[in-house]
Amino acid sequence: MGGHSDIVLIDKNGIRLDGRKADELRPIKIEAGVLKRADGSAYVVWGNNMVLAAVYGPREAHPRHVQNSNRAIVQAKYNMAAFSVGDRKRPGPDRRSVEISKIISEALEAVTMTELFPRATIDVYMEVLQANAGTRCAAITAASVAMADAGIPMRGLVTGCAAGKAGDKVILDLGQEEDNFGQADVPLAIVPRTGEVVLLQMDGHLTQEEFDEAFRLATEAAVNVVYPLQVEALKRKYAGSTEDIEEGITNGGLANSVINETPSEVNADEIVEELASREEKVALEDMDDGKQGGEQ
Amino acid sequence: MSDSNSREIVVPGDLLSDSPELKAGTGAFREKGRIYAAQIGIKSIRGNYVNVVPLAGKYIPKAGDMVIGVIIDIGPSNWLTDINCPYPAPLHVNDVPWRVDFGDTARYLNIGNSILVKVLKVDETKRIQLTLKEQGLRKLTSGRIIEIPHSKVPRVIGKGGSMISMLKNYTNTRMFVGQNGRIWIDGEPENIRLAVEAITMIDREAHLLGLTEKVKEFLESKKKIES
Repeated sequence: MGGHSDIVLIDKNGIRLDGRKADELRPIKIEAGVLKRADGSAYVVWGNNMVLAAVYGPREAHPRHVQNSNRAIVQAKYNMAAFSVGDRKRPGPDRRSVEISKIISEALEAVTMTELFPRATIDVYMEVLQANAGTRCAAITAASVAMADAGIPMRGLVTGCAAGKAGDKVILDLGQEEDNFGQADVPLAIVPRTGEVVLLQMDGHLTQEEFDEAFRLATEAAVNVVYPLQVEALKRKYAGSTEDIEEGITNGGLANSVINETPSEVNADEIVEELASREEKVALEDMDDGKQGGEQ
Repeated sequence: MSDSNSREIVVPGDLLSDSPELKAGTGAFREKGRIYAAQIGIKSIRGNYVNVVPLAGKYIPKAGDMVIGVIIDIGPSNWLTDINCPYPAPLHVNDVPWRVDFGDTARYLNIGNSILVKVLKVDETKRIQLTLKEQGLRKLTSGRIIEIPHSKVPRVIGKGGSMISMLKNYTNTRMFVGQNGRIWIDGEPENIRLAVEAITMIDREAHLLGLTEKVKEFLESKKKIES
């Protein structure tokens, strides 16, 4: 925004610089579980944006004073790689990335069942490998897939999408030139299940009508296009896991229930049996370990 | 709504049921009369409950779980244990089968020692209490400990303990699978190696049908090569 140029962002046929129509998104690709060492991860390619997200936790929050004794905190970090933009970006947090980290943390915290993990933290790291306008939306889209991949209980996924105004027209998902030379940019993130807005910003100027139109375009694209891709990416990773799972259900798969307690006949019997047979064997040996110290 | 045997993968926010008779079980929550999934996993209906069997996620301790812990710190009257969960798990001297004098804790269990413990209590703020004062619970002085994702523990145990008893018979090892995903194996070094290989295979192919048969085949082929 704010830039001035003779560039024609939208031609007389309503076609944009990259050949898209006003209400068209850039091509999006989402992959879940790309990193081995993280608890959960996702990779999003959104046009020319590339974002990697990794999730760790829930784990103990450090330092102690950031802990909340009633619930978990979500600490998201948005970072742009030095090579993500044309001119080298000076590495490290800056005003912009601190702000984006904060709003994404709050957006993700809104859907996370933080009350299940008192004193813990859920760390989300987003790395922008390549930037081309709309990285915060791509980042939050990746982050929410990575959190689901990490098995963190959430009330729904979060989906990001942007709309704005360029060439005096309200358009969906601004590209680099449209962002730089356009008139407004409205990035937002919603929870598609409920329609709840968890992130909303605006840069530039829009009339009420224009804003309503931009908001409608972005939410519809998020719900109808981006959200199904997120779901599909997650299901693709875990496809195949469905077979033979009944075995697990009867054998203590639920023993470590995170959320609610179900009646415990689910698994107890087999485990008790299994333990009983093990105990007999085990009890005979190695109990002497203790005696060494205890009876001196 | 689908039947309980559909084995459908669900992601957070997926609608599980809008039936008023059903209740939200593990990995599920109710909102405005409908039940949704909270976690990635497999939908299962058991009795009146709609559950999501998680396919990922950290181990969260529950009272009664048998787990394998590693001592990470020593206090004058307690040990701090890592049981592979988000919270520190203290073991108090009152919960061990030995009479330990104040400040004398290091003589019984030292940093790095492994123990087979039971989760005695977890309160609502997730403060954990462990106990070593029960049949079969002890310090682990020999053997090897390996780690698998805790969501795959049921596969290593198998239906009614079928998998684990087969592993023990074929490899001639002693074994204990902790609910936290740590597995203790003891026996001859080559037997341990074989058991580890078999468990790695279970971990890798946990989603496949007829896993017990596959592992059996694998163990039998190894036995033949030996003899």
